[in-house]
Amino acid sequence: MFVIRDLRHAYNGEDALQIREWQAAQGEHWLILGPSGSGKTTLLHILAGILRPSYGDVLVAGQPLLRLKPRALDRFRARHVGIVLQKMHLVASLTVEENVVLAQYFSRLPREPYRAQEVLAELGLADKADMYPHQLSFGQAQRVAVARAIVNRPTLLLADEPTSNLDDANAMQTLDLLEAQAKACRATLLIATHDQRIKSRFRKQYMLGS
Amino acid sequence: MTLARISFSYLWQRRLSTALNVALLAFGVAAVTLLLLSSAQLEERVYRDARGIDLVVGAKGSQTQIVLSSIYELDVPTGSVLWSEAQEIAKHKSVRKAIPLALGDNYAGFRVVGTSHDYLTHYDARLVDGKLWQEPLEAVFGADVAARLRPRIGSTFVASHGFATSGGEAHNELPYRVVGTLARTGSVIDQLVLTDVASYWTVHAQQKPAEGELVAEPLPDDGRTISALLLQYASAGAGGELPRFVNAYENLQAASPSYETARLFGIIAVGMDLLQGFALVLMVSAALSIFIALYNGLHERRYDIAVMRTLGATREDIMALLLFEGIILACVGAVSGLLLGHILTSMLGFALRQAQQISVTGWIWYSSELWIVGIALLVGVATALLPAWRAHEVDIAGTLARG
Repeated sequence: MFVIRDLRHAYNGEDALQIREWQAAQGEHWLILGPSGSGKTTLLHILAGILRPSYGDVLVAGQPLLRLKPRALDRFRARHVGIVLQKMHLVASLTVEENVVLAQYFSRLPREPYRAQEVLAELGLADKADMYPHQLSFGQAQRVAVARAIVNRPTLLLADEPTSNLDDANAMQTLDLLEAQAKACRATLLIATHDQRIKSRFRKQYMLGS
Repeated sequence: MTLARISFSYLWQRRLSTALNVALLAFGVAAVTLLLLSSAQLEERVYRDARGIDLVVGAKGSQTQIVLSSIYELDVPTGSVLWSEAQEIAKHKSVRKAIPLALGDNYAGFRVVGTSHDYLTHYDARLVDGKLWQEPLEAVFGADVAARLRPRIGSTFVASHGFATSGGEAHNELPYRVVGTLARTGSVIDQLVLTDVASYWTVHAQQKPAEGELVAEPLPDDGRTISALLLQYASAGAGGELPRFVNAYENLQAASPSYETARLFGIIAVGMDLLQGFALVLMVSAALSIFIALYNGLHERRYDIAVMRTLGATREDIMALLLFEGIILACVGAVSGLLLGHILTSMLGFALRQAQQISVTGWIWYSSELWIVGIALLVGVATALLPAWRAHEVDIAGTLARG
């Protein structure tokens, strides 16, 4: 699904990330492990196409990301990548449903009128559609962020520290949710975490060295 | 979902700031509109009143005062002109039209003007009711006077001496009779009570108590006077020698309406410029305020912008979003300012009408108002430009990594 070769990224001349080679097949679920500062977020941003690495090859869905022009990269990102950010960053001035529709709108994909409601219903948020983000609990907001990430049926679903602020039970529920949604879209799932509690759940793990 | 919907949601989220910015811009636009409407109407009116009058003859004195008192009925006359001398000037070969004006009395604060039928024809005044005066002490009411006093044809009234409502001695023994009312002309005539010039001679002869007996008879021919004589030249080039001809009389003074009005506008222009500058300051501060709101908003919204980019929004989408907000603010501000300006102008017109001055209406639209809207829109775009560019340049990964 994606191939990373000889990837290096540096901030201000200091190496923040270095990967010799790593690839994953479509539909696989991976955990990216590593202490903070090991470049987990940087790697997710590079795979999402919002950060250009200093050096190396990144192919996502057969597409070499570094060769895409900015606008093509925007389109690629909208159609292939869903990302759940560590801080969910819902748009505060828009309702829950509009936050999800926002992803559809900017993807410029053919409009699917009931898709947003469908996704919200699936995540148990049907009655929250007209609420604003500040009216939601942390768990509800996270589910809205997941809904926004999967509404366009991405082929690559990324999640950055999704369990870091949750207790054990909620952490497991969130992982269930992400895995279920990834399976439903047949997406490759990548979860970046330093949360030791969830290590045992995933067979496929990629360790970023310090 | 459209960019407009997203822009509106942001404006709605900061509705207090949005309302204040719109109000600030609206006040600026309203002030400019008010100035534009009132000065354009004032100018139109001043030129309409003076149209076709090439020279005014009055008693020796200030030329400005002669023009103001005769054409615009705004000042007191400089003195009296002997009827015999006025007729000599009227018969000059370069004069096509000569209209006498006798001033000095009022009825209920409206000036009573003794003149000839030519005065009415000059301003295209038509009767709506009754007939024109045929003999002394018959009077015709201008449209504003008639609207205010609602006289019955055939009723009588008493004029008082002077130009103000109170204080003047009333000419009790010789009442006027209303014989007609005029249609609105949009000129000075609307505010006048008109009568034959001979009415003045009758009324004022009777007022001379020196002879003992009160006689309702015209003054002897050589004692008759008027206040001013309005002249129209036989042809554009014909009047060259007339001012000198008039000024050669010991007691007479010629005044040029076009010269005097131009001079007056020169004086008024200073005040207008000052007001315009004030309105401009309002608009500039509105622009600054919108700029500050958008720029600060940008800082609060950097995560939203980064998220939208992550969802696939292009740099241009983000830029359009910010520009849209500036344009919406400017549009709403411009349109409400324009309406407010018209409302204020009609309120001004109402106040002026109460003061029996020049009539101004708010329900008139000038093409130059499109300029105001255009400039307001330009302000909206210009103030949004820098914030929009900063939004265009937001570093997505950097912003998200920090947040």
